[in-house]
This record gives sequence, structure tokens and C-alpha cells, in this order.
Amino acid sequence: MSADPRGTHVTQTRAGWLFVSPALGLIGVFFVVPVVVGLLLSFTDFDIYALGDPSVARIVGVRNYAQIVSDREFWGALRNTLTFVLGGGPLSVLASLGAALLVNARLVRFKSVLRVALFSPVVTTLVAVAIVWRYLYHPHYGLIDFALRGLGLPAVDWLGDPHWAMPAIILFSVWKNFGYNMLIFVAGLQNIPEEQYEAARIDGAGGWARFRHITVPGLGPTFLLVGVLTMIGQFQLFAEPYVMTAGGPLRSTVSLILLMYEQGFRWWRLGYAAAIAFILLAIVLVATLVQMRLQRLERR
Amino acid sequence: MSRPARALVVNAAVAAVAIVTLVPLLWMVSASFMPPGAANTMPPPLVPRTPTLEHYVALFTRLNLLRNFLNSLLISGVTTIVSLFINALAGYAFAKLRFAGRDRVFQLLVVGLVVPAQVGMLPLFLMVRGLGLVNTPWGVMIAALASIFGIFMIRQYALGIPDELLDAARVDGASEFQIFRRIVLPLLRPILVTLAAFSFLGTWNDFLWPLIVLSDERKFTLPVALASLVGEHVLDTELMMAGAVVTVVPVLILFLVLQRSYIRGVLMGSVKG
Repeated sequence: MSADPRGTHVTQTRAGWLFVSPALGLIGVFFVVPVVVGLLLSFTDFDIYALGDPSVARIVGVRNYAQIVSDREFWGALRNTLTFVLGGGPLSVLASLGAALLVNARLVRFKSVLRVALFSPVVTTLVAVAIVWRYLYHPHYGLIDFALRGLGLPAVDWLGDPHWAMPAIILFSVWKNFGYNMLIFVAGLQNIPEEQYEAARIDGAGGWARFRHITVPGLGPTFLLVGVLTMIGQFQLFAEPYVMTAGGPLRSTVSLILLMYEQGFRWWRLGYAAAIAFILLAIVLVATLVQMRLQRLERR
Repeated sequence: MSRPARALVVNAAVAAVAIVTLVPLLWMVSASFMPPGAANTMPPPLVPRTPTLEHYVALFTRLNLLRNFLNSLLISGVTTIVSLFINALAGYAFAKLRFAGRDRVFQLLVVGLVVPAQVGMLPLFLMVRGLGLVNTPWGVMIAALASIFGIFMIRQYALGIPDELLDAARVDGASEFQIFRRIVLPLLRPILVTLAAFSFLGTWNDFLWPLIVLSDERKFTLPVALASLVGEHVLDTELMMAGAVVTVVPVLILFLVLQRSYIRGVLMGSVKG
């Protein structure tokens, strides 16, 4: 191979496309095409009959979307999902921040062991630990109600009471996930220069004032990132209700993805399920944009 | 408050948080060694009074969980190795090889990061069905053999490779693939370890897609097998805890071994936004 610039240019172009083509091919065929076809599918009445003979499926325009909007199941699933995102999201971010402040505190010993311990729920298998929590939530034998009774508080039928099932799933999910954002917050905290705290201390600022005026603004970009990532992840709620409650009691924990799964893979209404998926995508995109805009306004 | 007193309070608070966090996992392990019914007594026992291995024996003999364990191992292992190679090739090319259209294609890829995978799952299922891969490990693996996130991470890392090194190899007459194999791959080692950990854990823990593709319990991965087992054995608390241990402990060990690499990945992935 010659060392002249034009020769390497040609080989680099060829090698470049050759190197990216396996990845682009796979992503194109198994991600881009399904997403596009999914959009088309959402405008058809593809169902169990079409599964046997695809030519039976017809284009029905926006009928699936119209049906969804008048479906009480859908609004219930949307409400449950939003409860999970808007209730669990801030709670989980706060738990992560609190844990990060604790782990990062100067007086704390054994920091690296601690970090690993608090992070460990993140790497565990969701289905397996959801089953563990099912038993922890048991109204008679579960450790959680045992602890509540020990503290003189009333026991709660966590997964059997429609008012408590979603909060129970939120609590479980905070436990499962807070370690992830905790690590990101710890990194953000370590990026805030120590001199800022020293200067504030000399000016007589107390702990809360230092937190409010140095730590919180210093973590600004981290909040945006953590907020968006957490939210996108939370809209995909599925395995927790599938394993812990099967959507019950009284459908109080059916999420949008669980509804999509039931419609698409239990009743084989693929057109209808695809429409649910695209409504979810639209909500996720809008929510992401809103969050980015809000954070930008706040920084001004 | 004096400094030692404050240190005591802070460390006690931290210890309490750590214990509360670990209790579910510790109880899972402890209950898995209790005889049938022992976990459902009052007050709830924290440690087994008469430890027994019978639930593990039942899982691996009567309930054939070993097969599901091997399915998970195969699917996670193959996905990790193949996707690592494909993502490394692409990530390196996007970072270091100059070709027309490179940056535009990469930007398009990054847009795909915000689209949840579930959005394409229904047509993907129809495709997998059309290819005759329903109820096979290939059907589970096929969509995970390349990942935008993986390409992104490798590109970020590969940007730090000095061009002079690559150009020198070119002058010596090395082909682009030789450069990739002999120079680039060794330099990418740290990020490859990180991604391997991410990929293996992610595939091992994945639930929705294998649940859709696999229909025969002999083909199930561990999480799918566990979710189906809890349907029949919901009253067998101790047995289910043993099943959870078998599923969780391999990934916990892998994480403990590779924790540095894994945590670096969490932080790298978070820089990009």
C-alpha cells in the first residue's frame, strides 16, 4: 500500500464503510426498519388472522388511535405510568442525591466498599429481585410490614390494595435504581471546586446555604442528564408490574408497555399495540424536550 | 457538635442506609437455605435455624433450571462477544477513519438513542417469526448484536488514539484491518472490558424480549423461567428465593470482579447526555 495521501484516502474510505457496515446493517434491519414498519403497522388492523395470512390486514387510517383515545384501559395505563414517572422519578433522583451526599461526605469511612454496596441492586436481575420484594411486601409474613408493626405503624397490604400497589412498585424501583444516579451525582460533586466551599465557609455560610448556593448550581448539568435518563427509563415500566402484580389489583398497576404487551402478544392485536407504542414514543419525546427547555430557562 | 460526634452520626447514617439497601439481598440468600415453610413463620426468621440445600437440589434436578442457566449463559456470552467485535469495528471507524458522510451517519445513529427499543418490538417479532427464529436463542440475540450505545462508547474512547500511531503503521504497509487488530484493539482494551460487562449483564437481566420470543420452557432464559416458575410455586417462598439467588449471584460476582470497569462505564455513558 502506498503512503501517498490520496492512496490512503481511498483505502480509508473503503475500510471505513467496510468497518461500519456490519453494525449499520444490523441496526438498519433490526432497529430502524422495525420502528418504521411499526408506524405503518399502527395504521392497519393487523390481528391474529393477519398473523396467519398477512394479506388479510387492511389499512384503517387512524382508527386504532381513535379507539385508543376512547379506551378506558388506555387512560388507566397512562395514568399509572405517569404516576410512576412523576412520583417515582423525583423520589428516585432525591434518593440518589441523598446517597451521593452521604457517600461523598468527608467524614465517611470505607467509601469504596460503601459505593459498591449501594450500587449492587442496580446490577441485580430485575425479575429476580422483584420476586424477592413480592415476599418482602407480604402482609402477614413480609419483613416490611413486620418492621412497620414493630414501629407501631399500621401494616399495609402493599400489593393487594389498589391504592398501595403503585407506591409499592415505586418504592421497589427506587431501591433498585438509586445507585446508578448516585454514582453520577458523586462524580458531579467531585467536579465542584473545593475552594468555593472554603470561600463560602469564610463568608460564614452554613451547611444549608452552601448546599443551596454551591452544590445545587454546581450539579445543574448533572440534574438535566439524570432527569432525562431516569424519565426515559421509567416510561418503559414493564417487568415490575408483570412479576409483582400482573397489572392488578383492579388494573391499578397496568403500565403502557404492559398494555402494549397484552394487546400485542396476548390478544395478537398488533396494529392496536403498535399505535400504543407510538403514543408512548411521542410522550417520551415531548417530555424530554419539555425537561430540557425547563432546565435551560432555569439556568438563565 | 464536635467533629468526632459528627463523624459518628454521619457514619451511623451511612451504615443504616447500606444495611437497609442490602437487607433484601441478604434475606433472599438466607431464606433460600430455610426448610419449606420456615420463611413464613412469625416472627420472620432472619437466618435459617436448620439450613438445607434441598431447594437448590430441587431446582437443578426436578425443575431442570440448569438448562435455563445454560441458555442464559449461551445467549449472554455470544451476544457479548459478537457485539463487542461489531461495535468496536464501527466505533473505531467513526472515530478515526476519514470517509465522506461519516459524521452525518454517526449523528443519525445518535438520534436513535432516544427511541425506546419497545417501539419496534412488534414488527421485530414478525421478522423473527418470518425468519423461523421464534423460540430459538438466535431470535433472542439477533437484535442485540450491534448497539448504538456500544458504538458511541467505543468512538468516544477511540478518539483519544493518536493519529501518528495509525499513520506510522500505514507507512509500514499495514492494511487497515491489520491496524485494527494489532494496534487499535489492544489500545481499546479498557473500554472493551467495560462494554463486555455492560453487555453481559444487560443481556442476562433482559426480560421483555426473551419473554416475547421464547415459548418453550426448555428454551427460557433464567429471568423468563423464574417468572413462569413463580406462577406455580408462589407459595414456595424458599424455593423461589433459591431461584432468585441462582439468577442474581452470577451477575453480582461478575460486577464485583469488574466493578472498576463497570463504574467507569456508568460515568462515561453519563457524560454524553
